[in-house]
Amino acid sequence: MFNEYDVIVVGAGHAGSEAAAAAANLGSNVLLITMNMANIAQMSCNPAMGGIAKGQIVREIDALGGYSGIVTDRTMIQFRMLNKSKGPAMWSPRAQSDRTLFSIEWRNMLEKTPNLDFWQDMVVGLIVKDNRVLGVHTSMGQEIKAKSVILTNGTFLNGVIHIGTKKFGGGRIGEKASLGLTESLVELGFEALRMKTGTPVRVDGRSLDFSKMTEQKGDDDPKHFSFIDAPRLTNQRSCYITYTNKKVHDTLRLGFDESPMFSGRIEGIGPRYCPSIEDKIDRFADKTGHQLFVEPEGWGTVEYYLNGFSSSLPDHIQFKALRLIPGFENAKIFRPGYAIEYDYFPPVQLKYTLETKLIANLFFAGQINGTTGYEEAAAQGIMAGINAHQITHEIPEFILGRSDAYIGVLIDDLITKGIDEPYRMFTSRAEYRILLRQDNADTRLTPLSNKIGLASDERLANVIAKNNLVAQIKHFIETESVSPIDVNQMLIELGSMPLSQKTKISNLLSRPGISMNDLMKTIIPLNNYISSLGKGLEEIIEEAEILVKYENYIQKEMEIANKMSKLDHIILHHDFDYKNLKSLSFEAREKLTKIKPSTIGQASRISGVSPADISILIVYLGR
Amino acid sequence: METKDTICALATPHGMGAIALIRVSGGDTFKIADLIFKPLKSGLLLSEAPTHTIHFGNIVSGDEIIDEVLVNVYRNPHSYTGEDSIEISCHGSYYIQQKIIELLIKQNVRLAKPGEFTMRAFLNNKFDLSQAEAVADLISSNSKYAHDLAMKQMRGGFSNKIKDLRKELLNFASLIELELDFSEEDLEFANRKDLKKLLYRLKTEIKLLLNSFSMGNVLKNGIPVAIIGKPNVGKSTLLNTILQEERAIVSEFPGTTRDSIEDTIIIDGVSFRFIDTAGLRSSDDEIENIGIGRTMEKIKQAKIILFVFDVAHGNIDFIKEILDEYRHLLEDPNKRVILIGNKIDQLIEMPAGFKELVELDTIFISAKRKENINLIADSLIKSVEKFQISNNTIISNARHYEALSKALQSIEDIEEGFIKELPSDLIAIDIRKALHHLGEITGQVTTDEILGNIFGKFCIGK
Repeated sequence: MFNEYDVIVVGAGHAGSEAAAAAANLGSNVLLITMNMANIAQMSCNPAMGGIAKGQIVREIDALGGYSGIVTDRTMIQFRMLNKSKGPAMWSPRAQSDRTLFSIEWRNMLEKTPNLDFWQDMVVGLIVKDNRVLGVHTSMGQEIKAKSVILTNGTFLNGVIHIGTKKFGGGRIGEKASLGLTESLVELGFEALRMKTGTPVRVDGRSLDFSKMTEQKGDDDPKHFSFIDAPRLTNQRSCYITYTNKKVHDTLRLGFDESPMFSGRIEGIGPRYCPSIEDKIDRFADKTGHQLFVEPEGWGTVEYYLNGFSSSLPDHIQFKALRLIPGFENAKIFRPGYAIEYDYFPPVQLKYTLETKLIANLFFAGQINGTTGYEEAAAQGIMAGINAHQITHEIPEFILGRSDAYIGVLIDDLITKGIDEPYRMFTSRAEYRILLRQDNADTRLTPLSNKIGLASDERLANVIAKNNLVAQIKHFIETESVSPIDVNQMLIELGSMPLSQKTKISNLLSRPGISMNDLMKTIIPLNNYISSLGKGLEEIIEEAEILVKYENYIQKEMEIANKMSKLDHIILHHDFDYKNLKSLSFEAREKLTKIKPSTIGQASRISGVSPADISILIVYLGR
Repeated sequence: METKDTICALATPHGMGAIALIRVSGGDTFKIADLIFKPLKSGLLLSEAPTHTIHFGNIVSGDEIIDEVLVNVYRNPHSYTGEDSIEISCHGSYYIQQKIIELLIKQNVRLAKPGEFTMRAFLNNKFDLSQAEAVADLISSNSKYAHDLAMKQMRGGFSNKIKDLRKELLNFASLIELELDFSEEDLEFANRKDLKKLLYRLKTEIKLLLNSFSMGNVLKNGIPVAIIGKPNVGKSTLLNTILQEERAIVSEFPGTTRDSIEDTIIIDGVSFRFIDTAGLRSSDDEIENIGIGRTMEKIKQAKIILFVFDVAHGNIDFIKEILDEYRHLLEDPNKRVILIGNKIDQLIEMPAGFKELVELDTIFISAKRKENINLIADSLIKSVEKFQISNNTIISNARHYEALSKALQSIEDIEEGFIKELPSDLIAIDIRKALHHLGEITGQVTTDEILGNIFGKFCIGK
């Protein structure tokens, strides 16, 4: 029934969908196997993409030629650029999506992708020979051959859902769990552990009183995620903010006895930064109110998602407490919140390509690696998809460094440091935050991706054109001077020191509180010059502004990045015998043997490996 | 750590001695040795010599013979560093030492950084970490006393203090990072006033440590001693006598001008550097009083002051005047003042104010007859011990000094960022830099550390 595929992708969530698209677009014959064709790229939790650090990731995926940005742009119902008041490293795009449209649009895009087949089934085991994967076994008894396999099972592996004392198998509410696969992987020698996450109640918007909440509108000037294909959002839906109170907390406490978390029935570790409401009340007992976001699920639907109220308490307790929240006095619910426990495979078992160290040509991506978030999953998916294609065709691997992309930070963190709670991206995880901005994701990544044949030539041409214009504007600003008489009035109005002599425009722009906009309004030659370059250059002007205004900081980080990257170029062989290098500390020997870092740089980021150990390794290799 | 290059350094103290020892270590040692060393009797090239052998020959620069020397050969791994190395024992003139080192440098041998031989020994597993830490940071000190002392300090207060500072800064970083990554949440952020106060404290403490470097440095380069007193009390004679008596090592470091020539002696492993001795030699006839010009400058630079007066030619009023000045000098807690009553050879009766002078530990000497000069030496050593008690945290390591200086710079950048109201992601860059520099002393900075700190302390919602 099936020919041999180049790549089989198991699971069609955010990771699986990106993986399948990337491998297929690169030219591999791909089979995407999902348990339910109707739920492709389902948003299992909140109906939103992006946010701080996550928005940057979506931009990076798009710059590489992935679909997440395009799908989000096409299906969003609200857009906000978060952190606009902070520096450009923090500007983070975030969109509310229409949950249903999002899934449909993804399926449309996948269906239009060449070389990509679909199969609805459950994978229960792998065909493995001589530590190399050769295909998969399914629950319907199919044996499908492939040169490489990508597992993106999400929360489905031995998934167990908890609501109060009720407990049942499932990968998402209303969907079956995937059984058997973990066991067959463990038999192959993989280590598997349990993790937990949760999701809040879904509410009927017709029963809510929004007048008691604070409206949160989208931006007046909505932007987009994709560097190409960017429809302008003209109409937006609002979110609403409300708060819990002491009464809500007291009511929730009544259910603590029946909480699967507090009673120990859930053994998996949950994320500290995305705690359930009962966890928040328990851990921060002195806080009398917690913020909640009421997020619409789509253009037409009345369903709302109650962000911040994730809970696995008994449904009647959730319901009772809910009705004590301002605006929710008469709330009706579509379904209660729940917690889900699932298997994950500690990601230190992976290489930079996301291929497993144990079984050749087998890749893991997404929540199976212990991450959380659509964006983190999609990022791993596209990287696994690319590398599965590369390995199948014996092309060099595709790896991003920590100073290249958040995706590089993500994968390096996962495979080097391991995780002890669901991993979510934060900007503070990146050493070079100001280099990894959302505005320059295309400059950073599109050329790299174009080189391997994923990002289209059109994308590359866009980047080159953009950078040329940016360079021209930057050159103008850095070489043209202004006289005090031209700008002093503006400077005084903006509370900045007036000039006493002529100075370069760039010197003014690097002052805090002086924007390109201010300068363009005041300095006529600048305005004329930019007008002469063309229309609709807002993003290009902004890019030039960032590069001039923050040059000093960008330079600082670039220097450190260059210094550190030297360590990332010293290769450590996988067979390196750390056990016999007695001058290493005992802990370092253990950790290095387990993780098998591929470079000195990676070794230096393993906890328990000290600078002294690194020096010893460098000396050893220097011989 | 670049270990492929070959390094050299003078292993014996700077200055004149009968013999000086120059150590060379690294992969090219023998190749380079063959270029500058011509064996005299054996005819055996050093590159062919077995390990642990001694060779007699000439160090040559082209046709010119620089010195007749003995060279010890140590072959990898049987050397101090674990690398190929040689030790050149040459004659101890300053010129010869410099010339040989110049020759080596011309052959692309690099001058070793402080502690580098020991660092290499550590990397080659000749030492364990604790030994190496203690030795490597201190190896550059040129006296044993300073060495022991700094070793003790490095292991104790200093690194703990840096750790405490870093921890506070880490808390600070966490607050800033929290603001950035969770700006969408309803968090209460620490107020800027507290943050500014913390910065101020950090700055003060780092400055204190930085200032201690001058003391640490003093221990390495010689404790500055000033000899002061009225004209004709015998300051020059005293200086010459001390230099002759404490002959252990006397050296002259030529400077750019005659004025900056200084004499150094080492007593019990501590080096003392006499300030402005040229001035002493030439200016004794000039009118020179405490409280003016040159003397004031000397007092400022000195850690120890030898306050010399003529004990044989003064009445009680004169002694009172001397004691007033002495007390005035004592007002600076960072200095030690030793009272020296000179010219006891000219005493014909009990000196005026004798009881009080004895209570103040006055040393009675005759510089001319070289009487009791050893007491001055004892007193100098005792003064140093007093310094140690009062300065329990001393930085003596240039690398630490540099790291702290950079940390201070970053902290000042942070403060400036607040004043300019820069966005906090930019301020965070300077905070991370400061953490990085402090981390250079104590270990590594990781961003995990910051995140761990965030989650330990704050309620994060979404």
